Amino acid sequence: MKRFNPWFLIPLLAFAGLVAFMAVGLSRDPHLVPSPLIDHPAPNFVLPQLQGNGKTFTPTAYKGQVWMLNVWASWCVSCREEHPLLLKFLRTHTVPLVGLDYKDQPADAQKWLRDYGDPYTLTVVDADGRVGIDYGVYGVPETYVIDKTGMIRYKQIGPVTSEALQQTILPLIAELQK
Amino acid sequence: MIPELGHFALILALVLSATLAFFSLVGAQKGIAVWIGLARPTALMLFLSIITAFACLAWAFLHNDFSVLYVSEHSNSKLPMQYQFSAVWGGHEGSLLLWVLMLAGWTAAVALFSRRLPDPIVARVLGVLALVVFGFLLFILLTSNPFDRLFPAALEGRDLNPLLQDPGLVYHPPMLYMGYVGFSVAFAFALSALISGKLDATWARWSRPWTLAAWVFLTLGICFGSRWAYYVLGWGGWWFWDPVENASFMPWLVGTALIHSLVVTEKRGAFKRWTVLLAITAFSLSLLGTFIVRSGVLTSVHAFASDPKRGIFVLVFLALVIGGSLSLFAWRAPSVKEGGRFKLISRESFLLLNNVLLVVAAGSVLLGTIYPMVIDALNLGKLSVGPPYFNAVFAPIMILLLLVLPVGTIAHWKRSELKQVFKTIRVDIAVAVIVGILVPILMGGFSPLSALGIAVATWVALGVARQIWSWRKVPTIPLWFWGMQTAHLGLAVFVIGVTLIKGYELERDVRMGPGDTITLAGTTFRLIGVEQVPGPNYNAMRGMVTYGRNGQIEGRLEPEKRTYFSSPMPMTEAAIHSSLDRDLYVSLGEPLDNGAWSVRVYYKPFVNWIWGGCILMALGGALAASDRRYRVRAPQERERAA
Repeated sequence: MKRFNPWFLIPLLAFAGLVAFMAVGLSRDPHLVPSPLIDHPAPNFVLPQLQGNGKTFTPTAYKGQVWMLNVWASWCVSCREEHPLLLKFLRTHTVPLVGLDYKDQPADAQKWLRDYGDPYTLTVVDADGRVGIDYGVYGVPETYVIDKTGMIRYKQIGPVTSEALQQTILPLIAELQK
Repeated sequence: MIPELGHFALILALVLSATLAFFSLVGAQKGIAVWIGLARPTALMLFLSIITAFACLAWAFLHNDFSVLYVSEHSNSKLPMQYQFSAVWGGHEGSLLLWVLMLAGWTAAVALFSRRLPDPIVARVLGVLALVVFGFLLFILLTSNPFDRLFPAALEGRDLNPLLQDPGLVYHPPMLYMGYVGFSVAFAFALSALISGKLDATWARWSRPWTLAAWVFLTLGICFGSRWAYYVLGWGGWWFWDPVENASFMPWLVGTALIHSLVVTEKRGAFKRWTVLLAITAFSLSLLGTFIVRSGVLTSVHAFASDPKRGIFVLVFLALVIGGSLSLFAWRAPSVKEGGRFKLISRESFLLLNNVLLVVAAGSVLLGTIYPMVIDALNLGKLSVGPPYFNAVFAPIMILLLLVLPVGTIAHWKRSELKQVFKTIRVDIAVAVIVGILVPILMGGFSPLSALGIAVATWVALGVARQIWSWRKVPTIPLWFWGMQTAHLGLAVFVIGVTLIKGYELERDVRMGPGDTITLAGTTFRLIGVEQVPGPNYNAMRGMVTYGRNGQIEGRLEPEKRTYFSSPMPMTEAAIHSSLDRDLYVSLGEPLDNGAWSVRVYYKPFVNWIWGGCILMALGGALAASDRRYRVRAPQERERAA
């Protein structure tokens, strides 16, 4: 009777290799499929402001500075996850943060900002989601970093994590502001 | 109160599974009869406590208890009742609970239906199963407790994902999980055989009906899932090579190889080590599938709620279970003696070829599925692997498999003469080639690929007919024989469906105003109009389309575009008229100006043969599993028991 045969270790070794890849894979985000809009001009729009008494906002207003667009809604639960981070960002932030209130009721949205705090420089209302379509929004929340020339330079799909903020977004903003 | 009861039942189940695993594995090893005797009753109690937990969660759903976080996230008081019930498995936590319920169900079934097996063997099998149950329960309790409360309670639930509000949700996940999880029994039998060192023909006979049963459920689960995708996604495809589909398909392929190699082990005492490895692999792939779906390492239409924190838990669990069993294999398998020698031309060889082809197919699917993850891990970029890869790799392997299938069924055990085999089947070859050329011409256009598909399907079907003919004088034909023929015939039917749909499907995307017509494959479709219709938790735009031939109206189709109150994304409900030789498929696209709509019209020849073939395969599996020899004791076993 044979005691040991190295050939029989092959399945185990193959599996070990697979596990190694899966372990690395876990730390990656498959949703980071490059957006076709990266390094393209941010689509333009004119939308009413949520708290602006009829004032509107258009991205060209921020030409010449770096700014961020955050897509959110009062019905979105993951938005609550990133909300504390955005509020903290507000205290230290150096760039305007525009909220795009996506497919939402203005009254709900205002109540939400009252209840949880308002991290936004200003919020615009995209009631029918048309602007969201232009930006290729396929899940709320999403966050865009837009440079001085109006180009989209980064897109975060899903809630902003403190990791993404510290390691990617803030360094990118610092670089873009040079 | 009820949700707390459910939570408590889960904790009780965790304790029970640990008890069961410890006492039965150690008891069987040390030969302590009392501990071994505990195994069956404990397994039943484990099942009872998990079904209690499941019932509690279902109660919370049916009573709209939105103080339970999971309920508030996946249900709504306006949701129709059958969906409120199936919403139990509409999200991550609940589908894990369903998973573990199925696993406990299989465990209880082994405890109940294994009276004629030696007690220590049953105890080992139950012990291994209990270990897996323990891992999953720990996962649920630590990372995904469905009974977590929401305070303050929500006034209204967020509603079930509209994609899931379909009868498909009622039966597809339970069927699929039954199959997935069912391979755990074959896995547990294999491990207990490795532990005890008794890897023999009896072992193969014990695990075969369980493996067949699991395979039948998995076949039906995949089949229903495919049919669901066909009508709900609105673009009429029936298979997308999506990572989650692949996750269910890989265990199916390996499971198919397993049920064939078990035959050889049972009848000839050969392939023992290979069969054990397949049993481990089939269940490992089920676990891997769970990892893929639940961790979010791959993007997929199925990944509704994925969370990397959970992924790490599943990965560690996976490494322990699969790594542990493969180590056991590396340690114990070399000492297994292989019996039953055979020549190059023999049924054994052909079944080995079948196994190799099926495993290579599973391997190529695995490669395509994890390739994006591997490339990402090596920092080589982000990409996705699509249907072109899978079709290019998969089709040739399947054609080879179909070509050797009838030859394998004709060849004798141990040795055959190639000349003899060829003599028997040369007529079949000629008939298959002729049919393969004729059918595409009759369908309205010859193409080499269609001809090839039809020819191999005919070839397989003729092989089945030949077998039945040659057994005509056998007085009592056993059920396994009918099972095998039915399943192989199902495969032929499936291949015909796939070939004809690939070759002769017609599709039109048109703008239609009220009164406009379009003619496709001789059938004229007329859009009467589109009207608004309210539903229980959605509003629908319902189109009215008549169809008919030669000026006669034969029927009416009502495709819908639904907007659920809970989701901004509109849902397409295609309208389909099915018959044996074709489906008429109409779905609404986008509204255009002046009351016109973009309408998608398909003519799908023989598409139902795809699912019909799968159902035949499942039926064949069920027939084989109920063969008499699995129900009565074999003579040698009776001696041993006496």
